[in-house]
Amino acid sequence: MDILSLFVTVPILTVIVLMFAKGKKQYRVVALVGFIIQTLMSFNLIYQYLHVRALGDKSIMVFTKDLLWFAPMNIHYAIGVDGISVLMIVLTSVIVLAGIFISWDVDDLPKEFFISLIVLATGVFGFFISVDLFTLFLFYELAVIPMYLLIGIWGSGPREYASMKLTLMLMGASAVLLIGILGLYFHSAPNGGPHTFNIFEIAKLNLPVGVQRLFFPFIFVGFGTISALFPFHTWSPDGHSSAPTAVSMLHAGVLMKMGGYGIFRIAMYLMPQGTHFWTNFFLVLAITGVVYGAFAAIKQTDLKYINAYSSVSHLGLVLVGLLMINQIAWKGAMLQTLSHGFTTALLFALIGVVYGRTHTRIISKMSGLLVFIPVIGILFVLAGLANLGLPGFSGFVSEMNIFVGAFQHADTFHRIITILAASSIVITAVYILRVVGKIMMGPTMKEYANLPGITWYEKTGTYILMIFIVLIGTLPFWFGNILSDSIRPFIERL
Amino acid sequence: MNWNQILLMRNEIVLTLIILLVLVSDLIVKDNRKKIISNIAIGLFVIHMLIGFIPMPEGSLFGGMYRTNHLIFGFKIILNVGVLLILLQSASWLHDKLQDTTKIGEFYIILFSSLLGIYFMVSSGHFLILYMGLELSVLPISALAAYEVYNRKSSEAAIKLILSAAISSGVFLFGISILYAVSGSLYFDDILGKLPISYFSVMGLVFFFSGLAFKISLVPFHLWTADVYEGAPTPVSNYLSVISKAGAVFILMVLLFITMNTLHDIWIYLVYGITVLTMFIGNFFALRQENMKRFLAFSSVAQAGFILMAMVSANQAGVSSVVYFMAIYIFSNIGAFGVVEAISMKTGKENMKDYAGLYRTNPKLSLVLMLSLFSLAGIPPVAGFFGKFFLYTAAAGQGFYVLVFIAVVNVTISLYYYLKVIREAFLRTSDTPIAYFKSDNYMKVSLAIVAVILLVIGLYSPFYDYIYSVSNIVNF
Repeated sequence: MDILSLFVTVPILTVIVLMFAKGKKQYRVVALVGFIIQTLMSFNLIYQYLHVRALGDKSIMVFTKDLLWFAPMNIHYAIGVDGISVLMIVLTSVIVLAGIFISWDVDDLPKEFFISLIVLATGVFGFFISVDLFTLFLFYELAVIPMYLLIGIWGSGPREYASMKLTLMLMGASAVLLIGILGLYFHSAPNGGPHTFNIFEIAKLNLPVGVQRLFFPFIFVGFGTISALFPFHTWSPDGHSSAPTAVSMLHAGVLMKMGGYGIFRIAMYLMPQGTHFWTNFFLVLAITGVVYGAFAAIKQTDLKYINAYSSVSHLGLVLVGLLMINQIAWKGAMLQTLSHGFTTALLFALIGVVYGRTHTRIISKMSGLLVFIPVIGILFVLAGLANLGLPGFSGFVSEMNIFVGAFQHADTFHRIITILAASSIVITAVYILRVVGKIMMGPTMKEYANLPGITWYEKTGTYILMIFIVLIGTLPFWFGNILSDSIRPFIERL
Repeated sequence: MNWNQILLMRNEIVLTLIILLVLVSDLIVKDNRKKIISNIAIGLFVIHMLIGFIPMPEGSLFGGMYRTNHLIFGFKIILNVGVLLILLQSASWLHDKLQDTTKIGEFYIILFSSLLGIYFMVSSGHFLILYMGLELSVLPISALAAYEVYNRKSSEAAIKLILSAAISSGVFLFGISILYAVSGSLYFDDILGKLPISYFSVMGLVFFFSGLAFKISLVPFHLWTADVYEGAPTPVSNYLSVISKAGAVFILMVLLFITMNTLHDIWIYLVYGITVLTMFIGNFFALRQENMKRFLAFSSVAQAGFILMAMVSANQAGVSSVVYFMAIYIFSNIGAFGVVEAISMKTGKENMKDYAGLYRTNPKLSLVLMLSLFSLAGIPPVAGFFGKFFLYTAAAGQGFYVLVFIAVVNVTISLYYYLKVIREAFLRTSDTPIAYFKSDNYMKVSLAIVAVILLVIGLYSPFYDYIYSVSNIVNF
């Protein structure tokens, strides 16, 4: 078993062990052990990756492996990673681990909860290691569908509506994506011979311009929907607000990252001319998402809705960064992907923690919580500041990179986009400071006087995420270097 | 004609022997011990199925009236496994629900006769054999549809089925006679390449197509489907929805791809139009169904549309993806019908609303239901995903991106109603849920096999590779 396939195998084994486990304690211990192994493996992967690079391996993908799967269609189980996927894998395993800690106390059908969570994670891991479009698509769909059960069974509020909407929109998007993938597949052999799903095989040929222009929007919209591209973001606020805490974390922290990654890896890399043709159109959509999401977040009264719209805004920034098509902006977009993953997961976790105590997420009903639950309060303030991009936290570095990259375009159109994007930071500050100021710092309320303090599992879950936010914020060059090296071959094609 | 050649008809011969054996044992066994006949019939059928796996050469008999090749050989194995699963699921219905135990033996005789008809249909090399097989496959089934004589709906279903079958046979025969007038022969091999592109032969094609479309329940010939599926006993609906549909699809494909390849440019529009209609109408009707059997009926109409989609690509990929998807569809539908059957057997409940909270009382049953529905909806890692994907690939390979787009839109629509069932079973709770119950061992075995098959045959690629390698019957 190679180092990458383990990332799919270990979760599957965990699921199998879970099926035979008895009792709530066993379930959570099994899930936890499975994901501690997974997280350690992902740290090891970084180490191995840097080691291989240090030895001078210049190929785009390392640890590659290729097994023929469906011979008649030339479908392979082809895997490989570069710096970007390695960091995505770390992100995923850390967030799932934190998610397991946060949902330590799940009471209703705990076994099924952990199984669905881990199946979802399996899909995400598989997605990040695949370099074959078929395998990638399979894992993508595998990651989406457990969401239906997770939100539908363990969710709150209009959970049936939200889960159905989310699933249908995401599966609809994956249907659009499928058209794009098939389009690429059937143009992958211009000189006869078998077609291929392998990304790097397709990248070797220059697809006809017409084909690129035709199929680029399919793939962009297919992946864009899952990263909340305006106007296909509507599933996200409903889904996030109805989902249980760990699921919101996973969804905003990990699942939505597949969108940006897919756009970068498939749409832009394989169809450079299509990219240039469509850039301006999608830039307008993306920047609309950034500004709209930020303004919408101001108006919300529910904490989860605020964070959900804030995700729309921040992931819009990722798309803006990607569409700027230069090294710095792309690095920023990737860093923003990581940073947003950790920050949003942390915020969702803390919202869940607060909700578990106050039983409300409506801002006007909470006030002065910092006095009664100081640890949670401080974490909440820090998470909020990280989210609005304070220096020292991850958000600052990534947004800075995006804006610097964006500013390299000297024309008026890009300048306006850049200014609008930068202005979103101010709007973000408005809603974050308002929330933090009201519920943490405001006048104390009697009914919250006896709130229980933070528990050990909540502490562990949130601390893990906090560490990574600070790590990215203080060691941006370390992450940036890993990303830059991997971005180079991609930027060269555009 | 020597002995080796006769053995080409191995499946048919063995099945006929089994029919006779069951008939004899039905005479011997005393009335109060009829249940033993189930074991005899199922045991014999298992042997028959195992014999079916023994490799067989290709060839034809009676001057080309009957023929077999590796694809037909493989297809019959799939049919056999499907029928075996249905037999296992029908045992409890025969034993407990049917008031007249003397009818147990007849059930197997009639069902096997129908299967024999499908064998002949699949293997036919001549229009008359095809017609004979078609009739033999449908007439016994209408008898089975009326098997619950005390149930009015059952009788109604039988009448509907027999009337629509009769009409469709008439239309079918009319189409055949026109084709005969055009080409001068009824042998498939003689017609090959001889059908001129003329109004007359197109008329023959359309009538012949409509006749088969009745059996496959393609729109606009689907109107009988929901009523018959709802009224007929569940195992019979199950059989109708998978086995007889599969047989008709197979022979339609063979005839369109090979025998009528000169009319390719014309039938492709026919298939295109019917596909789009079938997918949309099947889906839209399925959206609002409350009764599980009616729901599955419309879902199977929509699935027929997906199957037909791959037929626009008249090539090896088309053949293999249709056969592959048929196999997966057979098992998925048997799984879904099996769960409906198990529940209706123990509780009499058949409405979607009654399934609320099913997972909390009957988790294993709900999981099989989920796997089957996910497979029908095409969600990985269940087999249906691979089946659907290859159907799209077959159609997109010939440049039919618009058709594929319509299909993926329909998959999303269909996902909604499949998730509706999942929503009842998993998401909701109920004050009066279906209480925990134990099905009999036949049903358990059947559902377990279905679950394993659905999980394995998609991921296990040699299954598709095999189908692809034997699908080289088309040479355009």
